[in-house]
Amino acid sequence: MNIYLSTLVRELKISIRNPSGLINPLLFFIVTISLFPLSISPEAKILSEIAPGIIWVAAMLSVLLSLNTIFHYDFDNGILEQLSISHHSTALVILIKSFSHWILTGLPIVLLSPLMGLFLFLDENSIQVLMLTLLIGTPSLSLIGTIGASLIVGIRSAGMLLALLILPLYIPILIFASSAISQSQAGFEITGQILWLIVILLFSLMLSPFISAAALKINLD
Amino acid sequence: MWKWIQAFASPQNFYRISGTLIPWFLYPFVFLVTIGLYWGLYVAPIDYQQGDSYRIIFIHVPSAWMSMMIYLIMAISAGIGLIWQIKLASVVAKVSAPIGAGFTFLALITGSIWGKPMWGTWWVWDARLTSELILLFLYLAYMSLNNAFDNPKKAAKASSILALVGIINLPIIHYSVKWWNTLHQGASISSMDKIAAPAIHPDMLWPLLIMAIAFKLMYAALVLQRGRDEILFNEQNMRWVKDLIKGGER
Repeated sequence: MNIYLSTLVRELKISIRNPSGLINPLLFFIVTISLFPLSISPEAKILSEIAPGIIWVAAMLSVLLSLNTIFHYDFDNGILEQLSISHHSTALVILIKSFSHWILTGLPIVLLSPLMGLFLFLDENSIQVLMLTLLIGTPSLSLIGTIGASLIVGIRSAGMLLALLILPLYIPILIFASSAISQSQAGFEITGQILWLIVILLFSLMLSPFISAAALKINLD
Repeated sequence: MWKWIQAFASPQNFYRISGTLIPWFLYPFVFLVTIGLYWGLYVAPIDYQQGDSYRIIFIHVPSAWMSMMIYLIMAISAGIGLIWQIKLASVVAKVSAPIGAGFTFLALITGSIWGKPMWGTWWVWDARLTSELILLFLYLAYMSLNNAFDNPKKAAKASSILALVGIINLPIIHYSVKWWNTLHQGASISSMDKIAAPAIHPDMLWPLLIMAIAFKLMYAALVLQRGRDEILFNEQNMRWVKDLIKGGER
């Protein structure tokens, strides 16, 4: 079996055998969202207006929280060092790792989002748009987040730092995604926002594995 | 040629040359900032719409320009330091960050002081204000990443990568914010016609340009001074630093 496939299988196996890492971000996602009706207003009109932003911010934060550990154990075990001296492309392995991170956090969030949309009184059409934006947007979150995670891999207890590094870079995704949803609520065309999200996804797909590989190399010296 | 650059960019050389250069930036800065402020605050005519309060433009706009220019310089020198392993470039990137963050902060503060009498509020989620705020976040992220490492070499490299990622993202952030704002609300922008027409009065334009140049000189002087300090700190175990300290100044 080649290394890329075996990395993917390994990541998935680890998370299935230790499911708290898989479930906690999702629980965080749900709990955070349920705080907003309690703190702002249970009224349907207000909630459906702010729902796109709430759901997206919650998704972002739960991706962020789960990113902390993406390289942590591999760094402690020496797996990353083995990888960097092997003849395999570090960037490609990182791409696989981001992909498995997305499967384990982004994809469940996409699948959970209709429920959250119902919680916040989004109409059916907006829920579809929400799922679409999450489907295109969360892979970018994983990819860009991997850069941040690989920058801080050697630093102890750097969770806050990761948020500070990554959240400003997430802003465009947040803007395009949540504006797509609120535009569709108002009945406007949303092709522009969706295309922008795709552009960001393609860019981060091209660049971020290489940037992360460079950052890891620095930290492994 | 390459060797020459390497030799020229050696820390010791930089320390020597920057010492002689600083006064050449510092005194013109003092001179220009005096002229610019006098011209701007006394000579320039009162704005027909905004009265005297528009005069904060002479601090506000140059600092906003500086905040963007310094990020560009920081990212470029971070890239040079990362790719060609020139220590001096990394030093420039590192010492530029707090200065740039300072200018960004100044631009935000003066903007908000200006906004209070003009727009009746301290803060508007206007496109420019928001992207300036995000720029401040990027500076702070760079600085805290730089501080998080024990090993200064790793710190320089890792934060350089962050600076480069930031510069790739900056245009996207800028346009997304611009677009986000125009999509949501139009009303607050109409008050943004502060420089009402492109035909700004020359007595307002000149002090603005003078202040902009003065700020650039100040940045140069600050970078050189902070770079000197940084180099002394980094090279504290080197022979030439020990000699320097034994022999007094220079």
